[in-house]
Amino acid sequence: MLNLLLSRLATAIPSIVGVVVVTFMLTRLLPGDPAAYFAGLAASPQAIAEIRTKLGLDKSLPEQFVAYVGDLLQGNLGNSLSTGQPVVTEIATRLPASAELTLFALIVAVGIAIPLGVLAAVKQGTWVDHLCRIVTTAGVSLPVFFTGLLLAYVFYYLLQWAPAPTGRLDIFLSPPPDITGFYLIDSLLSGNLETFWSALRQLALPAISMAIFSLAPLARMTRGSMLAVLGSDFIRTARASGLSPRTVVFTYAFRNAVLPVITTLGMVFSFLLGANVLVETVFAWPGIGLYAVNALITSDYAPVQGFVLTMAVLYVTLNLTIDFVYGLVDPRVRLES
Amino acid sequence: MTAIPALAVEDLSVEFRTRSGVVKVLEHVGFSVDKGETVALVGESGSGKSVTAFAVMGILDAAGKVTSGRAMFGGSDLLALSERDLAEQRGRELSMIFQNPRTALNPIRRVGRQIADVLVRHGGATRNDAPQAAIAMLKKVRIPDPERRAEAYPFELSGGMCQRIMIAIALACRPALLIADEPTTGLDVTTQAVIMDLIGELAGESGMATIFITHDLALAAEYCDRIVVMHAGHIVEAAPGRALFDHARHPYSAKLLAATPGETVSLEALASIPGGLPDLRRPDLPPCRYSGRCERRTEACDQPLPQRIVGDHHVVACWNPL
Repeated sequence: MLNLLLSRLATAIPSIVGVVVVTFMLTRLLPGDPAAYFAGLAASPQAIAEIRTKLGLDKSLPEQFVAYVGDLLQGNLGNSLSTGQPVVTEIATRLPASAELTLFALIVAVGIAIPLGVLAAVKQGTWVDHLCRIVTTAGVSLPVFFTGLLLAYVFYYLLQWAPAPTGRLDIFLSPPPDITGFYLIDSLLSGNLETFWSALRQLALPAISMAIFSLAPLARMTRGSMLAVLGSDFIRTARASGLSPRTVVFTYAFRNAVLPVITTLGMVFSFLLGANVLVETVFAWPGIGLYAVNALITSDYAPVQGFVLTMAVLYVTLNLTIDFVYGLVDPRVRLES
Repeated sequence: MTAIPALAVEDLSVEFRTRSGVVKVLEHVGFSVDKGETVALVGESGSGKSVTAFAVMGILDAAGKVTSGRAMFGGSDLLALSERDLAEQRGRELSMIFQNPRTALNPIRRVGRQIADVLVRHGGATRNDAPQAAIAMLKKVRIPDPERRAEAYPFELSGGMCQRIMIAIALACRPALLIADEPTTGLDVTTQAVIMDLIGELAGESGMATIFITHDLALAAEYCDRIVVMHAGHIVEAAPGRALFDHARHPYSAKLLAATPGETVSLEALASIPGGLPDLRRPDLPPCRYSGRCERRTEACDQPLPQRIVGDHHVVACWNPL
């Protein structure tokens, strides 16, 4: 098991190196001149040139790259041009917001999609199955920003059930003490139920829009996988041995059917990392997605690079976790290491 | 032969609903297996052998429907039992072994656990004793090093080993009836013999009735007391193994025998049976479903099939038997 993990970790290194190169190239190839932007509209050409020298942008690309990698190795992602703050600190403060949103959405999606998919497969052709089909079709056909806008329109503007889509907490409340960075957990840990309730209300709409989006592939994969497994020989054996329907469905069928679902879960999670950018923009969620969008608009290299790198590391970590979980569930994978 | 049937199937008919119409897969199938007796169901692929077994076990596909018949077993009609009551019987009183032992076992569950599951379900062992009881079963089906093998997954074992595990699962609760559906298909010839001997021996020990489904007449003759020949969902002939080999009365049985390689027949003399199974979706199926392939067909064959007793325990469904 440990060997498997280490060998997978080794294969992750080239991906990280690739991402470092690509992020560097991408941001350098983006249109717009950061020096000109930074100097302001009224700046003279000399002033722009000075700033360019100061930022190191006058050097050749290889030189810039070496400097960039050197900084990276020291954990320095550079400073944001617009705020002047180190990118590392800014990402570190904003990442929990995104992580809380994404994980919460994922938990909601899994909590609905897996039971729905299992039921739809076990009771194939009944109303549950039809419901599953409707939900999955709706889920894939609605873009996530549209669901977000629609939810905000209906539940905030029309029904006024939800709070204004402006961030993680009611503006009159102060954030809970920073323990995990997750407001839901921190407020509970500090015993502040009012903050918890407010954070949950703020979180509901963006999380649901992301959950709807990720529900579809999960439910569909669960249903398909369950159907395939329920039709297989060993389920027939289990039934012929008189095992109870519960044992047959959960212990025998579901544990086998969950393997492709885990793979899908990894994919969905990475979709969600991307969808974050849109949802955070719609709901003014102070996460790293919104941060990256703003940086991109102002040709602020460092935060964009930081964002892409963070995402890449998250993605690689995620895939490692998936591999690990897969190995836990399926003994055949364990053997291959 | 003792006259206590362990299982008596009477007038069993099964239909399958498919997109291209209703298929009458079984029609008026009847046979019985006595306690301690081994009966072979023989026929080519698609003749309804497995469907008969699945219907008796109550594990037909959702598309399959039993339209008539009884399967008397231990005083109750298996076909009339609720799914819940039937599940109580399955694995405890009547068990089944399938072909392709590799796919018939749960790929991600240790084989010892799979045997233990059945034991625990039917009260054969408590949750705590089950692992030991499972190892005892592995010993019984002569798996070397049972303690270690109990911890193995099916993919770590050979096909023959997996089939032994299947047998251990099926026999864990000492059932009164075992249905073995082509248990040796996909195993090499030496393993085949070992598995058949093992089933025979364990059945003999406990006085268990066995239904052995196969398309291999030679194997059937070697291990079974009686042979029931099926063709296109009908039973065409039922006879003691010797009697069938000496003098098959149904034209199909005779052709099947001629198509079986034996010690006396050279490979050149092997005959194939002309024609194929009739399309069972046809609404105008003739009473004798073999008549389309039969050389002895006469006008009498258009009447409903007879059940002629032509010898001791020897019945043939044919107007012009050999």
